[in-house]
Amino acid sequence: MYQFNYIKAKSVEEASIALSNNPEAKILAGGMTLIPTMKQRLASPEQLIDIRQIEELKFIKLESNNIIVGSVSNHFEVYDSEIIKEHLPVLSRLAENIGDPHVRNMGTIGGSISNNDPTADYPAACLGLGAIIKTSKREIEAEEFFIGLFETSLEEDEIVTQVSFPIIKNSCYMKFPNPASRYAMAGVFVSKSDEEIRVAVTGAGENGVFRWKEMENALSNDWSVSSADSVRISPDGIMSDIHGNSDYRANLVNVMATRAVENLINEH
Amino acid sequence: MPLVEMEINGKKMSSNVEERQLLVHFLRDDLNLTGTHVGCDTSQCGACVIHIDGHAVKSCSMLAIQANNASITTIEGLANENQLHPVQEAFKENHGLQCGFCTPGMIMAAVDLIKRKPVLNEKIVREELEGNLCRCTGYQNIVKSILAAAEKVQA
Repeated sequence: MYQFNYIKAKSVEEASIALSNNPEAKILAGGMTLIPTMKQRLASPEQLIDIRQIEELKFIKLESNNIIVGSVSNHFEVYDSEIIKEHLPVLSRLAENIGDPHVRNMGTIGGSISNNDPTADYPAACLGLGAIIKTSKREIEAEEFFIGLFETSLEEDEIVTQVSFPIIKNSCYMKFPNPASRYAMAGVFVSKSDEEIRVAVTGAGENGVFRWKEMENALSNDWSVSSADSVRISPDGIMSDIHGNSDYRANLVNVMATRAVENLINEH
Repeated sequence: MPLVEMEINGKKMSSNVEERQLLVHFLRDDLNLTGTHVGCDTSQCGACVIHIDGHAVKSCSMLAIQANNASITTIEGLANENQLHPVQEAFKENHGLQCGFCTPGMIMAAVDLIKRKPVLNEKIVREELEGNLCRCTGYQNIVKSILAAAEKVQA
């Protein structure tokens, strides 16, 4: 690992100032991507600003019809939260299936979405539920937040502070995990509220997480398994790598989407 | 070099660390706690699992300086004097190892697992071992050991 200097921020304000003072600095939350990346010398920040123990970022609360998760909440805390289990169990289950137990004890929701790995789970939940991401500067809708591969609309000196998920009971996340890494080979998040149906796909898109509009339209016209089954995603724009080519992944997306809809219809 | 303070296996200590030093190297190279192993370079194998403030984490994916003020338990801190921890005992009785390299991480992961989920079955144990690789045993006796330990702890 290359040399760097380290500061532990006590507040969001302190972290923001440090970050704007040094364009070569990086925010360190759980470090479950950043540290392995630095070990491989694929990243060499000049400074790490550790925000993992900032108290004001560590909370999970219920506010009107939203679950609000502080950005340094780790995956185990999200899985284990009684509030989330009761009001938005889909999020608890999603967190329960990220990585492995040791990673879940360190990795954070803010880190995951800021990194925007195209195979990460949380981006699908954000887009699939229509979450609002609050930062040290502003509020950003999920659609505006996730831009592309490992790319978000965060500015250089902006830090995610919380994620607000609308409580949509009728929602399901189906993931086909890579058997080795548990990253999504394809993950489909479907939610059905009084206003709209959302279908978000992770693990598959060449530009990262995306909303699958054709499926949303088909399900809005006819909320049924056969309707879900009738829509096929084009392999164009679907990732192809050693774990699976785009045809295979596109098929996984179809299957995961149908299973999610099936699950929702059977449950209710 | 910045100063860190920690409680390791019940003993308070302080030391200067280089910012980039990984926690696992601090434990092994500086404190001579070589029971915690490094089995890979990619954060996958889990041979380095220790407990920080009661939670299992990979000490190869954390900087020593991040553990400042933390309470740490390593494999060396599990046994009570000459009395093995029930999970260590179960690994011994059930031959839950072959070469033994992954064993410290397996045991630390198992202790954490049994604490979180006292009622276990084979399926849960196999799923929960996602973060720990063993290249000898095929996991059979590791799973057996953990189930036996869980039963003993419950009784």
